[in-house]
Amino acid sequence: MSEPLRHPVRLGVELDAAGRHPAAWRLPGARPAELFTAAHWRRLAATVDAADLDLLVVPDSFRLGSADERDQRGRLDAVAVAANLAPLTRRTGLVPVVTTTHTEPFHTQKAVATLDFTSRGRAGWQVEVSATPAEADLFGRKAAAPAQELWAEAAETVDVVRLLWDSWEDDAVVKDLATGRFVDRDKLHYVDFTGEHFSVKGPSITPRSPQGQPLVVVPVRDEPSLAVAAAHADLARLEAPDATVAARRAARLGTTTLLDVEVLLRRDASQAQEVAAHLDELSPGHGPRTLRHVGTPASLVELLHDLPAGLDGAVLVPLDLPATLELVASDVVPHLGRPPAAGTTLRDRFGLTRPASRYAVGGTR
Amino acid sequence: MSKRQVHLGAHFPGVNNTTVWRDPRAGSQVDFSSFEHLARTAERGLMDFFFLAEGLRLREQRGKIHDLDVVGRPDTLTVLNSLASVTTHLGLAGTINATFNEAAEVARQFASLDHLSGGRAAWNVVTSSDAFTGENFRRGGYLAHADRYVRAREVLDVARAFWDSWGADALVADPTTGVFARGIGEVEHHGPQFDVRGPGLLPRSPQGHPVLFQAGDSDAGREFGATYADAIFTMHGTLEAGVAFTADMRSRAVRNGRSGDDLRILPGATFVLGDTLEEAKENAREIRFLQVGPEQAVAFLEQVWGRDLTGFDPSGPLPDFEPEVASDIAQGRTRMTKDPRETARTWRQLAEANGWNARELVVEVTGRQQFVGTPGQVAAEIDAYVQADACDGFILVPHLTPTGLDEFVEKVVPLLQERGSYRTEYTGQTLRDHLGLSHPHAVPSVRATA
Ligand SMILES: Cc1cc2nc3c(=O)[nH]c(=O)nc-3n(C[C@H](O)[C@H](O)[C@H](O)COP(=O)(O)O)c2cc1C
Repeated sequence: MSEPLRHPVRLGVELDAAGRHPAAWRLPGARPAELFTAAHWRRLAATVDAADLDLLVVPDSFRLGSADERDQRGRLDAVAVAANLAPLTRRTGLVPVVTTTHTEPFHTQKAVATLDFTSRGRAGWQVEVSATPAEADLFGRKAAAPAQELWAEAAETVDVVRLLWDSWEDDAVVKDLATGRFVDRDKLHYVDFTGEHFSVKGPSITPRSPQGQPLVVVPVRDEPSLAVAAAHADLARLEAPDATVAARRAARLGTTTLLDVEVLLRRDASQAQEVAAHLDELSPGHGPRTLRHVGTPASLVELLHDLPAGLDGAVLVPLDLPATLELVASDVVPHLGRPPAAGTTLRDRFGLTRPASRYAVGGTR
Repeated sequence: MSKRQVHLGAHFPGVNNTTVWRDPRAGSQVDFSSFEHLARTAERGLMDFFFLAEGLRLREQRGKIHDLDVVGRPDTLTVLNSLASVTTHLGLAGTINATFNEAAEVARQFASLDHLSGGRAAWNVVTSSDAFTGENFRRGGYLAHADRYVRAREVLDVARAFWDSWGADALVADPTTGVFARGIGEVEHHGPQFDVRGPGLLPRSPQGHPVLFQAGDSDAGREFGATYADAIFTMHGTLEAGVAFTADMRSRAVRNGRSGDDLRILPGATFVLGDTLEEAKENAREIRFLQVGPEQAVAFLEQVWGRDLTGFDPSGPLPDFEPEVASDIAQGRTRMTKDPRETARTWRQLAEANGWNARELVVEVTGRQQFVGTPGQVAAEIDAYVQADACDGFILVPHLTPTGLDEFVEKVVPLLQERGSYRTEYTGQTLRDHLGLSHPHAVPSVRATA
């Protein structure tokens, strides 16, 4: 149980504009004028894909971010970014964040299923909630709600999204010349979902995607999100101040768990410290949201090697881009001894089999 | 060059009753390779844009999912964002309903597509909504027909406010002065459908706004299009109907304080080619009978007759009984006719006069605008329509996925170029450039706050 994990098997990254630190755009090499272009994302994704990382998470929210004109603000729609990268990448899983508080579940399920088609089986979905009144005001449909309620709604959303992903059996398209039928309508299913927050009739308009069920990722940062991760996630991302706390939480989850680690890397440890201090000076008040590692690639390799049992790997969140990401690719990944991915889909990477539609297993309804 | 230029869009032949799936060359309507093939073909043909339709619930007939035509399609915006990476100039036009989407979200999605494609995004704003489709959404199916365009107008007012909320130079991104962005406007809108307040979440996109398309033909729909749209997707494809429709739309634009030339009128049209006119006609006939198999013929008749016609033989005469007038036998598609008894009368007369059986009748009356002929004849006809101002060009609806446009690009496009009616290279980068549209101006109602 306490045998340390010598080889963190799975490694993902979350990439946001010039990095998670809102001042990162001011560092040399950041090309801030290009942050909203496809070129920016393609450069980053090429590095990630070549390094054979398991996940590229594209964060999202309906928040503008800081009110300070010096901080980076604004963000492209995450599904749009992931979709744009899908034809240009071959290996890494693409995981956009799609929030559940203000977005229609029907739209979410078809967008992620379609990403699974355009990435040929590499799509995931990270669930998030929108907690602030500012986000609610953009829609004007309902007031901001406490975390408990938001995550309960998120759980419903995951439920109905998964039902809709199963609502077409794999072999529903028959193209039967003799009877003139394009589909076998007995293999299409109304989901007839009625929950606390919404009801959805179904079936999806989108046929079952290559993975059947794209990978559902849930971030764990409080009790309500932990409960949703335990019940619904294929993969949990743990935000925690250190690996021990994370391992304790992981023990309460029966699923694959990755520790979030904010990183800022330079070849020289003191230089990394200087850059981090410089960023905090340019835009103060952005403390770590999870374990933060500022140092050299070698020290990060050490940290990853020493992850406690019960954690399956990490999602690295660079504070600055592209410098830290490039060092992850060139100086971290080669020293982790990760075995190459087995198979081509994102589920394959996490050792998850492709599930059959529940309707096919349980017979027709 | 003074000749009016032909504009062409490529409609992906997905879910509709003209897509032929029985042909052995027919491929997947969902695999990305199909979308990629059609988009690359359209771009090779220097077309203005690629076009996707939308439907948010699977169609039903007689209470069951309609199983005869192509069923199932991927998400519009996701497909277009993926296509943005495998094309460089082609416009990317997506049909997205204004009824089941939130203004802040859809505005941001189209702005994202415009950023990621370098200014190639278009939104075809449709309103079709009913309780049937609404059952897939929280907002529900409560929006009455009369309220559809009320909501659509509000969606666009709010969306435009978001698109304009960052001034053209709000994104400074200057590391030396340390200013990332300044002057981001707050949108504030309070209307019957929306109460929305907040900052835009994205810098102004390359085209300012995505190009706006409208498809819908009621008086309210035409007014909406004439007020908001850059281009109109219409079914009025014949020469006379086109001339009348285009004149109507241009004069509506003028009445709404715009120029008639601010609108591109683009009917949907299919085409069938042959080495001779006779061969093309024979091909067209074959395709029509593939599109309207015996089962489809009965399904069409059920939509007009408003009742179950199981067991009806379409190789005989039309039903000899009267249609049900009030019927919702077909869900998720527009009813073909407002006055079914009148339609039945006309059809009977037509069938009798021409000696058509029921299926042959359906084949004849349900076709769309079609160009049938040699490549030279089709090029000449398309050109003639545009020179007569029956339209500004066409949205081509091939009947084969995904190779249905190949032959057109190889054979017809060069002849349009020879006629001086079609570009020989892309001269601009954005869809607005291709369509010859001006850049939108900021909506003055948005207050910029620091
Ligand atoms: C050429 C054309 C194409 C259309 N395509 C779609 C479509 O893809 N999806 C959709 O929901 N509605 C589509 N519509 C329906 C219109 O958006 C519109 O909602 C409907 O015609 C009702 O509006 P109206 O009463 O103004 O005609 C289309 C309409 C036309 C004329």
